[in-house]
Amino acid sequence: MPVDLRLVRLRKEFPGHDGGPNVVAVNDVDLAIEKGTMVTLLGPSGCGKTTLLRMIAGFEEPTGGEIYFGDKRVDRLAPNARDTAMVFQSYAIFPHLDVFENVAFGLRMKRVAEKSVRERVDRVLELVGLAGFERRAPSQLSGGQQQRVALARCIVLEPHVLLFDEPLSNLDAKLREQMRVEIRELQQRLGVTSVYVTHDQAEAMALSDLVVVMNAGTIVQAAPPQDLYARPSSRFVADFVGKANFLTGAVLDPNTVDVAGARLRLSSAAPVGVGETVELVVRPEAVLLEREAGKGAKGVVERVAFLGNHAEYAVRLATGDVVEAHETNPAERGMFGVGEEVWVSTGPLHPLPPRR
Amino acid sequence: MSRAVRELRLLARDPILFGLVVLILAALLVFVLYPILLVLWQSFTTGTGLGLDNYQLLAERRLYRNALRNSLGVATLVAAISVVIGYLVAFSLSRTDVPLKRVLHNTTILPIVSPPFSGAISILFLFGFNGVITRQLLGLRDFSIYGFWGVVASQVFTFTPIAYLSLRGVLAGINPTLEDAAMNVGASRGQVFRRVVLPLSLPGVASAFLVVFIESMADFGNPLVLAGAAFPMLAPQAYLEITGSFNLPRGAMLAAVLLVPSLTAFAIQRYYINKRQYVTVTGKPTASTTKAVGPAGKWLLYAGVLLFGLVVVAFYGVILIGASTAVWGFDYTPTLRHFVYVFDVGWDTVKDTVLVAVASTPVSGLMGMLIAFLVVRRVFPGKRPMEFLSILNFAVPGTVVGIGYILAFNRPPLILTGTLAILVLNFVFRYVPVGIQNGIAVLRQIDPSIEEAAQNLGADGVTTFRKVTLPLIAPAFFSGLVFAFVRAMTAISAAIFLVSANWNLMTVQILNQVGSGRLGVAAAFSIVLLAIVLVAVGIIGTLVGRRAAAASTVRF
Repeated sequence: MPVDLRLVRLRKEFPGHDGGPNVVAVNDVDLAIEKGTMVTLLGPSGCGKTTLLRMIAGFEEPTGGEIYFGDKRVDRLAPNARDTAMVFQSYAIFPHLDVFENVAFGLRMKRVAEKSVRERVDRVLELVGLAGFERRAPSQLSGGQQQRVALARCIVLEPHVLLFDEPLSNLDAKLREQMRVEIRELQQRLGVTSVYVTHDQAEAMALSDLVVVMNAGTIVQAAPPQDLYARPSSRFVADFVGKANFLTGAVLDPNTVDVAGARLRLSSAAPVGVGETVELVVRPEAVLLEREAGKGAKGVVERVAFLGNHAEYAVRLATGDVVEAHETNPAERGMFGVGEEVWVSTGPLHPLPPRR
Repeated sequence: MSRAVRELRLLARDPILFGLVVLILAALLVFVLYPILLVLWQSFTTGTGLGLDNYQLLAERRLYRNALRNSLGVATLVAAISVVIGYLVAFSLSRTDVPLKRVLHNTTILPIVSPPFSGAISILFLFGFNGVITRQLLGLRDFSIYGFWGVVASQVFTFTPIAYLSLRGVLAGINPTLEDAAMNVGASRGQVFRRVVLPLSLPGVASAFLVVFIESMADFGNPLVLAGAAFPMLAPQAYLEITGSFNLPRGAMLAAVLLVPSLTAFAIQRYYINKRQYVTVTGKPTASTTKAVGPAGKWLLYAGVLLFGLVVVAFYGVILIGASTAVWGFDYTPTLRHFVYVFDVGWDTVKDTVLVAVASTPVSGLMGMLIAFLVVRRVFPGKRPMEFLSILNFAVPGTVVGIGYILAFNRPPLILTGTLAILVLNFVFRYVPVGIQNGIAVLRQIDPSIEEAAQNLGADGVTTFRKVTLPLIAPAFFSGLVFAFVRAMTAISAAIFLVSANWNLMTVQILNQVGSGRLGVAAAFSIVLLAIVLVAVGIIGTLVGRRAAAASTVRF
């Protein structure tokens, strides 16, 4: 797949408060995005993900670096001269225009012929399920419908790059999941290169081909969702994406590690040296608790939470480490109680690269 | 790379917007700053060169010293009285449930839409040499209304509505829940008012005081009619120096002196007090009936409001009677001859006035919204100067501007004196600040991503402004238009320097008629002027109001 959107050493500094040193919001970021892929920028607030997105759209002027759409350098172009379309967090629907005119706005700016405007708007409204709402005022729409208008207004333009700035954060949980599915389906059907900003890791996983985790203005890891979840490159990523247990172990052989006296399996192709002490990551759902002695490391249940479809346990090992374990369908073999002795084993453990 | 260069490059991406910024900045420099600087320059000009000679006269001559003292004294007292009355009326009409609020509100603000010296004419009718009250009712023969009290009375009448409108906003912004909370923890009614309502509204009171102070210092019409020869005041004295003795440097000196307290008050109001306003904005609608006054207090306040309303009605009634009777004080036979005079001899003046107002209003209104848009939404070098210059004229007394214009545009490269253009330009730049202020206030409430969305969808800066911003700020646009039109119709202090044989204004005509003792004609002019203003406000209301309603019913 050809690269469709390329950021080269992209940098943004904001003037510091009261003449203080400049604040670096985005720190020399390099990123290449293939045509037709959906990329999410994921990170805690203040990590620079929104600034990065706004630089792609042209609302922020980069302090340094370059932005290319295909082969065309665009970072010096005004926002209206770039072929992007953005779904805003607040939707930013024009309150004085009805649904049709909102969606038609961009086409009218491009002086598309009236007949063609009507056809394209109708088709897109059909696509997002708003046929029949053409003459509604935005104030007469629900949150989900406003969201669809914002989306329709962008895809009707068939832009080079589609941008999303936390578009689902104003919706309730149910609607959020539904819109997430709709956005993904639409994006795949249209095959449009998309950049999506969110701080919700589940949303990032569900939506994207590539998740770019950012922290303090830099990219910490860029990987497909499953890789990111299974093989985080740092403690930060492991912690930010899903829940994680961090254990310390001694490598016995390339496939085995000793954790609190238990011999556990290392994930494959882990570049570790025998005899080294390593930091290991394991997800709570990969932790198994058993009542029978002998399997795994011994521990005591400290905390129990029953959440219906699964149960969450915190188990203290002999080393003092606390391991979080999630068990689905807990009613099947009976819940563990606080104070109960259990034996803890895990699926393959992922070693983190040594911290610098 | 320096910040200014970066900002400039960003702006240059949008050539039309860039052009507009340059154009507006240039226009502000030429039509706002340059004339004021010329006045200052002129005030230091002596027969031999530059010097402080003119200012020395201020110390030497009793006339000038008194003018300064009188102006300051009148302005202080008028501001105090106006704020007290304005506060009472605003409190009653916005925080208590009393009947006829709408009617009383409209009556109270009527003086704003009429010439700023209608009150002076009414006072002459009532208390002048042939006044109904002084001469006919009380039989006084040697009573003179001219002087301190005459000016104070007519200015209080003229400026109380301004204090009222400003305080009304402040009082309406105080969340009634705070009063409930105070009572809930045991405060009595009096304590609620003294410890909660009053302290919260104090910055607003100070602000209203300073605004009225500025207006009073700058007022020209009332002092010219009612001050009299024994009671000199700065603005009319500056005018007399220039038109009577043709002494430009001295007139400029007086104008410059007038500028100092006005600009000081403006600076305090804008940069100190406004930052201390307590605005309690919550999304919840609140029934805003106060608990700080009991029923007795409420009706007592209401009586005061009614009294002020009655005074307003009486003043306009007197003008109406004066306009339609033969000779005030002697012969009350109904006649239309004053109106006939207005439509016959004065017809050209009526046409000129309306033409000037119609020409300047849309320009002023649009420019106001455009500047508000640029100031709030764009970053460019010269943004702060643009904001400052565009609202500076709010504080600069008209007399200063008028003198500045004749100094600036009476010589090449721009010779404009005696033309329609000089009047239109003067009004455009003088009355743009209120539109800007309103526009800025409304724009700050609108999510900037709405405009970003327009740009993102391919609209350039000007299209964004035209298609998105302007419709969204239509209410502010509307009030800016109304303000510009009303002021253009009723202005006098700067305009009196700029009128000519070819282009005359009704307000100037009214003053001339008063000066030559033809009060009936002056009254008829005033009535016609008021009628035109009311009709025009109605027309602007229906034209813009429809769009404003459409835009304001849609809320995020």
